[in-house]
Amino acid sequence: MDSSEVTQASNFVEGVDKAFIVILGISFVFLIGLTVVMIYFVFKYNKKRNPKATQIKGSTTLEIIWTVVPFLLTMVMFYYGWAGWKPMQKAPEDAMEITVIGRMWNFTFEYENGKRTDTLFLPKDQAIKLNLLAMDVLHSLYIPAFRVKQDMVPGLENNSMWFEPQKEGVYELYCAEYCGLQHSYMYSYVKVMPEAAFTDWLVDTTQVANDVLESPTATGKRIMQNIGCFACHSLDGSKLVGPSFKGVWGTERTVKTGKEMRQVMADEEYIKSSIYDPNADLVDGFGKGLMLTYEGQLSEEDIGNIIEYLKTVK
Amino acid sequence: MPTTNAVNGSNYLTYQGKYKGLLGWILSTDHKRIGLLYLYSICVMFCVGVLLGLAMKFELLAPGKTIMDAQTYNATFTVHGVIMIFMVVIPGLPAVFGNLMMPIMIGAEDVAFPKLNLLSWWLYVLGVILVLCALIFGEGTPDTGWTFYAPYSFKTGTNLLPAIFGAFVLGFSSILTGLNFLVTIHRERCPGMKWTKLPLFVWTLYGTAWIQLLATPVVGITLVLVALERLFNIGVFDPALGGDPILYQHLFWIYSHPAVYIMILPAMGAISEIIPTFSQKHIFGYKAIIASTLSIAFVGYLVWGHHMFTAGMSGTAQYYFSLLTFIVSIPSAIKVFNWISTMYKGSINIQTPFYWAVSFIFVFMVGGLSGLVLGALAADIYVHDTAFVVAHFHYIVFGGTGFAFFAAIHYWFPKIFGRMYDTAWANIGWLVFTIGFLALYSPMFYLGMMGMPRRYYDYLPEFHGGNILSTFGSWIMVTGFIIILVNLIRSAKKGEPAEVNPWKSKTLEWTVPSPPPVLNFETEPFLTEEDGPYNYE
Repeated sequence: MDSSEVTQASNFVEGVDKAFIVILGISFVFLIGLTVVMIYFVFKYNKKRNPKATQIKGSTTLEIIWTVVPFLLTMVMFYYGWAGWKPMQKAPEDAMEITVIGRMWNFTFEYENGKRTDTLFLPKDQAIKLNLLAMDVLHSLYIPAFRVKQDMVPGLENNSMWFEPQKEGVYELYCAEYCGLQHSYMYSYVKVMPEAAFTDWLVDTTQVANDVLESPTATGKRIMQNIGCFACHSLDGSKLVGPSFKGVWGTERTVKTGKEMRQVMADEEYIKSSIYDPNADLVDGFGKGLMLTYEGQLSEEDIGNIIEYLKTVK
Repeated sequence: MPTTNAVNGSNYLTYQGKYKGLLGWILSTDHKRIGLLYLYSICVMFCVGVLLGLAMKFELLAPGKTIMDAQTYNATFTVHGVIMIFMVVIPGLPAVFGNLMMPIMIGAEDVAFPKLNLLSWWLYVLGVILVLCALIFGEGTPDTGWTFYAPYSFKTGTNLLPAIFGAFVLGFSSILTGLNFLVTIHRERCPGMKWTKLPLFVWTLYGTAWIQLLATPVVGITLVLVALERLFNIGVFDPALGGDPILYQHLFWIYSHPAVYIMILPAMGAISEIIPTFSQKHIFGYKAIIASTLSIAFVGYLVWGHHMFTAGMSGTAQYYFSLLTFIVSIPSAIKVFNWISTMYKGSINIQTPFYWAVSFIFVFMVGGLSGLVLGALAADIYVHDTAFVVAHFHYIVFGGTGFAFFAAIHYWFPKIFGRMYDTAWANIGWLVFTIGFLALYSPMFYLGMMGMPRRYYDYLPEFHGGNILSTFGSWIMVTGFIIILVNLIRSAKKGEPAEVNPWKSKTLEWTVPSPPPVLNFETEPFLTEEDGPYNYE
């Protein structure tokens, strides 16, 4: 493969790329060889040059050769595929654990000290173990530069992946398992830093410290940012996947409950039910099933803070 | 109507039985008429699928919104997949050419159960209508992808159940066709048609029929489980109810992977007829090709897990599935070697079906060899769920089955309609189509290796170049398809009357008039010791 274009940035790159090179190398030899032979036969044994065919029904020797040789070659391919994959299976004991939460349609990364981000920050040359949680549907965490991918399965325990970043830089991180409307926007970045810089970044809890002191409004906004509300609900009145938050608080909303249209007041009760049971009352003009419950992810206290924030979005 | 050279002055196209006009077709139990009914219905569905594919490629011409929003795009690739897989390539060659040609190739008057055969077509039509209704009516078109992975498929839309029920009915159509062909091949062969004299197309239909019969019921079981879950909240697949989404993937692929061999085996069979005919030479390694057909049909059941290397299976299972995947590639390689060897020292008459057959071998090799990348554990982890996979299976399912279908229609066309097509236009159509095909799907290998995930409505700017080429390719390919289609439709009505055996083939369908009479043979054929499907002088 053309490895100059996809950055090689983890301990698995060598094994994966070797499997690619071995398989593609053998494949190209066969593809080009067989195609050339085939085209040669088509010209050489054309009716004009060879008006009479020589009847040959087969050859046991040849059948054995072209069964055994490809078999051995595929076993070589299998070996390289296995050898590159085997070390991915078990993370070293001293790996740094980071919890990844996937939901429609963003990733949240939670570090051992409780720090949460939407971009994955990593120290160079340190084994990293990502514990994968999915809150709603299947997602898949894919970092091409590291040659790793693992599905995130709701309800699956002890689901993890590991790798060791070996090159500083910023790399793309995608969701590779189709997860609905905004699937192609469910991507983020990995930033690999020198160990010291990473430690400074990790222990810099000024943001966390501020959180305690900040107002419920600011807390509400931060909670919403972290959990990804704004991917689908705008603050400026524009229509995204869901209705905009602009000026929602305290106004009459036209919603569809079952098949019936009705008017409801956007009060505390309404906002709570919109978060815990989003498909019960659908705002006119928006589809069903696009948002799933956040029960278990957002506490009543969180929702209280969210409401305080929504009051300010005018 | 087509000119007939049948002795009794009437052929299956002109024959009038109990019913007139359209009823005479949709109630006919004649295997050839049923074959044509499948051909027309599949062609209509194929055109719909092509238009949807064209729309998807247009959307991907540039990053961001081009012609449709994300929801429409997701629905488009879902419907494209459902139509192409369940309504076009799975019935494809067995239902069309199996029905049209197989009974004649074994010297039979019809299939073993003609009424069941008609029922199969009606079930196909019913299944298509059910699925299309589920897609069109109700709260929005499903946007789950053709794989309907849990739990997303259980959370979106409300029309999943009717859609899967439609797929279930389509499955029944497939099961009944398989059963019918199995009995026909066992019981209806003419005197002297020993198993070792069976044309290879019939052998591949035989292997296919076993897969249809044994693998398709898994779809039925999955449906029952989905229905139990949806109607009675019994947690099977949905983790919210305590179910296991990975179990769904297992059940889905236990059927859908063997289904790939339902698609490709008859394609290989058609190629195994065309290459000896146009080389005027005995097929190389007849028994090796049969053995490879049967081993594909058998080992094909045991490799479904290679769709799930990143899904969270145990390490041992991954190891095993990867190993078996490499083993199942061997019989396909054997076939390629035998086809190319058949050309050696032949007397090759290059005609349209032969162009298609040779290009089939090329695209099938690309598809198969790229499959080895996906069968290797480490490499698959990297390119799974990327554009690489999309390129791979379009090379196999469209390049393989599609090219073989075009080869087969250009091969048997004179027999089916009793008329010849315009060869020059057919060759131009082939050339344009093939160039378009290569331009459409080859860039996807590159995009996948660069890390572009599949089912992406939008993409980062670094993937733009490959997508532009791919979209241009789709326009060229569709141009080629229109040329082919117009030429064939025109020729079916106005072409030159065809000879009984225009390609000088040795199989039995070329001994009956073009088009064949209703019960195929005036007198029951028989094969002597010297006769055989590939016994060229």
